[in-house]
Amino acid sequence: MTQVNRLDGGLIDRNTPLSFSFDGRQLTGYAGDTLASALVANGIRLVGRSFKYHRPRGIISAGSEEPNGLVELRSGARREPNSRVTMTELFDGLDARSQNRWPSLGFDLMSVNDRLSSFLGAGFYYKTFMWPKKFWELVYEPIIRRAAGLGALSGEDDPDVYDRGYRHCDLLIIGAGPAGLMAALTAGRAGAEVILVDEDFRAGGRLTLETHDVGGMAGCDWADSAIAELSTMDNVRIMPRSTAIGVFDHGIYSVVERVADHLAVPQPGKPRQILWRVYAKRALLCAGATERLIAFDNNDRPGIMQAGAVRGFVNRYAAAPAERIAIFTNNDDGHRTAVDLAAAGIDVTAIIDSRDEAPASDVAEVLRGSVVSNSSGRLGLGHVTVRMAGGGHRHLDCGALAVSGGWNPNVHLTCHHRGRPVWQDDIAAFVPGDGGPAGLAVAGAARGIFSTAGALADGQAQAIAQLAEIGITAAASKMPEAESDDINITPMWHVGGTKRAWLDQQNDVTVKDIRQAHQENFRSVEHLKRYTTLGMAGDQGRTSNVLGLSIMAELTGKTIQETGTTIYRPPYTPTPIGVFAGRSTGADFRPTRLPPSHHWAVEQGAVFVEAGAWLRAQWYPREGETKWRQSVDREVLATRQSVGVCDVSTLGKIDIQGRGAAEFVNFVYSNGFATLPVGKTRYGLMLREDGMVMDDGTTARLGEDHFLMTTTTANAGGVYRHLEFVRQCLRPDLDVQLISATDSWAQFAVAGPNSRAVLQQLVDPQHDISNEAFPFMACGNITVCGGLPARLFRISFSGELAYEIAVPARYGDAMIRALMTAGEPYDITPYGTEALGVMRIEKGHVTGNELNGTITARNLGMEKMVSKKKDSIGAILSGREALVAEDGLCLVGLQALNGTDVTAGSHLFAVGTPVDAKHDQGYVTSAAYSPHLEASIGLGFITNGAARHGEIVRAMNPLQGRSAELKIVSPHFIDPEGDRLRA
Amino acid sequence: MIIPHPLLGPRDSQEFVYLGDASLINRPDWQAGDAADSFYEYQYLRDNPAGTHRELWYHEMGDRSWLIVTRNTVTHEIISAELANRQTAAAKTKSSRAGGRK
Repeated sequence: MTQVNRLDGGLIDRNTPLSFSFDGRQLTGYAGDTLASALVANGIRLVGRSFKYHRPRGIISAGSEEPNGLVELRSGARREPNSRVTMTELFDGLDARSQNRWPSLGFDLMSVNDRLSSFLGAGFYYKTFMWPKKFWELVYEPIIRRAAGLGALSGEDDPDVYDRGYRHCDLLIIGAGPAGLMAALTAGRAGAEVILVDEDFRAGGRLTLETHDVGGMAGCDWADSAIAELSTMDNVRIMPRSTAIGVFDHGIYSVVERVADHLAVPQPGKPRQILWRVYAKRALLCAGATERLIAFDNNDRPGIMQAGAVRGFVNRYAAAPAERIAIFTNNDDGHRTAVDLAAAGIDVTAIIDSRDEAPASDVAEVLRGSVVSNSSGRLGLGHVTVRMAGGGHRHLDCGALAVSGGWNPNVHLTCHHRGRPVWQDDIAAFVPGDGGPAGLAVAGAARGIFSTAGALADGQAQAIAQLAEIGITAAASKMPEAESDDINITPMWHVGGTKRAWLDQQNDVTVKDIRQAHQENFRSVEHLKRYTTLGMAGDQGRTSNVLGLSIMAELTGKTIQETGTTIYRPPYTPTPIGVFAGRSTGADFRPTRLPPSHHWAVEQGAVFVEAGAWLRAQWYPREGETKWRQSVDREVLATRQSVGVCDVSTLGKIDIQGRGAAEFVNFVYSNGFATLPVGKTRYGLMLREDGMVMDDGTTARLGEDHFLMTTTTANAGGVYRHLEFVRQCLRPDLDVQLISATDSWAQFAVAGPNSRAVLQQLVDPQHDISNEAFPFMACGNITVCGGLPARLFRISFSGELAYEIAVPARYGDAMIRALMTAGEPYDITPYGTEALGVMRIEKGHVTGNELNGTITARNLGMEKMVSKKKDSIGAILSGREALVAEDGLCLVGLQALNGTDVTAGSHLFAVGTPVDAKHDQGYVTSAAYSPHLEASIGLGFITNGAARHGEIVRAMNPLQGRSAELKIVSPHFIDPEGDRLRA
Repeated sequence: MIIPHPLLGPRDSQEFVYLGDASLINRPDWQAGDAADSFYEYQYLRDNPAGTHRELWYHEMGDRSWLIVTRNTVTHEIISAELANRQTAAAKTKSSRAGGRK
């Protein structure tokens, strides 16, 4: 198919033809085209179906405000729905499909909705689907979900990479139109660090779409020369294809750079898009303005477009929306379109100007005081009906109607901190008000200065003023000559009629919907928005909001200023979720920390589990073991019978030193530490100030003024932060210093009756680690393997004779191998986190499962560990009445009966009581199969548990549909006297 | 937001962890007769002003210092940022000169 509507001229490269497809039709365009301009050049007006009524729709704009021209772009995993054709640069092989139609764009069965429109007006969701109540989940919701949305996601992983970056500058200039370019030249010449961002791929803003001259040359040539000069400046960075989407506090701006959206696939190693966080001392918003339409009956027919877009397609892209074009305007800007179209040889049918005093035109008949009242044509515009000043009607043949209802400054970024725009009568538009983000100024059309000369001068003046505030002196230069016409608008929002007149074309909101919202008293702009969905689509109502507000203002008899606007929020334009995620996806969602023995564990064929940020060995399967329980049971039994080894480096380690170290530790733990002798380790219970248990662990006193605290793996960061809070904010009187030593040491638990025999082979002979010389809870600095400094702790999580041995982290791999070699005679068994968990449950040690933030020392049966003789965090509030009640929760052991299993998360009920919240007596926190007891066991909390050992209770787990009979027992399933520990 | 760190200069608030009202540095005396009440108030009763607020921020991705940042919660304007330990030490010196807290 040839490009039937292609004209001469334009800013396209005819030497680079590009082929593309739309709904399977093979078409051609040129480099420099957008998908929108290429579709226009190919005579395609119908590009999509509307959201609710499935009305045929066409392109109405040439910019990022486009509400209708949304397509599925690319195929396979790169398929992206709702891509705006006006922002899609054409590339060779581009593949686009229309959305929201079935079976085809021309014949859409869902367009039956349009005939049912009287049932689908504003608020229909709230009225139609209310009854019968049970129909919501079964019937309505599935139907609505299927019908909702425009395009569809691919359902596949995004193959592209997105990045994040950080940039700093003196002046960020948003928009490279006449104001932005002049500001950049002024600031650049003054030596300021400048970043100039523009959402287009070609700088110039409206200058690329207009024909008038700047400085004696074509406007687009002047823009090119400005860019050429800026490109020579090292202090200026030009970022095309980049949109400032949000303003954040203290001069932080989000800029999305579309690095590769104009290519079929990103270049190897390059991201598709980058989210820049720009730190700007000052910023200048030169975002221009958006033209609005005028509402009249059936004003959504393909071919009815913004007047500025119509001449933009003709001037920049040499693409004529139709052979015959009529113009409907309420201001002088519409006449400019007529001039440009006539110059391009297009037949301008007439200029329908609602103003009685409209100027004359050299190129077309002007119908003064007239309005377009209706349109007709199948799947595209064929005729418009004009209601003449005298009252009669005229029918005009035209393939396109260029509508100019005035221009709305793009004030959005000035409102991101809740600043409110103010109404300016002479241009009939909102301009930025006071109270915008600090450090953000506005220049040019974005603050209602619409003429080119005005924008150029304002860009320079604002740049000079902004730079002066940060101590940079910039000089004014001679302004290039440019047009300085007024638009002379006489506001005209909608033409009264009997059919539907569209405001928000993306969300199918009509003038009638606004009337209905008014009738039903949804009159505040925020209610209006939510009731009608006006402005809630991807374009955030850029072409519709002011129209809707003006109609509400008419209905309520208020001014538009009094009616106000809804709040604009980031992002300014639709932004892919992927760019917010950046590289934080999949396995890279967060860093993975590997314990020192990881590579050795991989060699052993270990199965791994994520524990916080760590990847830990979960168990070590051996040949012939087909179920995880076989491995875990073997590891537990081997450890209890001989010796096992486990990497426990992930536990938090905090090194505490200073003359105040002992007092500090004594203050953060509820139990006493002041008297702990050097060379000894003690279990410590750490409370929050509200009396709940925060964490627990062992702390070793390595010297008079030197403690080493351990924390649970998950709480390492939080406990460290807490200790710094105590040190800096509560006890700055203490001479104490902290450092996290978690990553510095590789630490291994060596557990089981033969653990000492294994370690004696590695510990250098001058260190006596016999039971007498190095008893339970001893600790000390030693050397191993012939002089390697190490630390040894005689502590046990498993309940067996056990040690933890720490070596500098870089020796961790060597240490695990040395331990395995030394343990060979005893059949030493590496064990993972599962066996670790089984053994600690058998011993009745608590972990994060039990320390869930609602548990007190008393709940754990450790109330004696909250010393009343000293000041410590949490001691006072743990004595609150409700926390010391006699029937409080109490930690117990649970053993399953009659072949049932203990399931963590089950709730506990006395036998014979109803299963409801009122009779809930507690819950199961941990569960395991104990190979030692050959039974399913667990830990949990139940009211008054200490006095109920031996009682049988019911455990209910409605989520998993399970129930069990459990016997309450002591939480110490093995060796309650602790003889093994001291062996 | 950008927090003017007294030692490190302007730093992005992303580097910090927020805790809350700076009154948390004024921990009551555990031996006072009304300790149960004063700890309850210390732990649970805090102002939530729309306007100037002194609050605690922890520079976790930086030098691990706790700062007291005086910030307008409406405009996010930051009026000052000081090291918390200086504030606490000064307060304690003052109160000990005045004969200690209740």
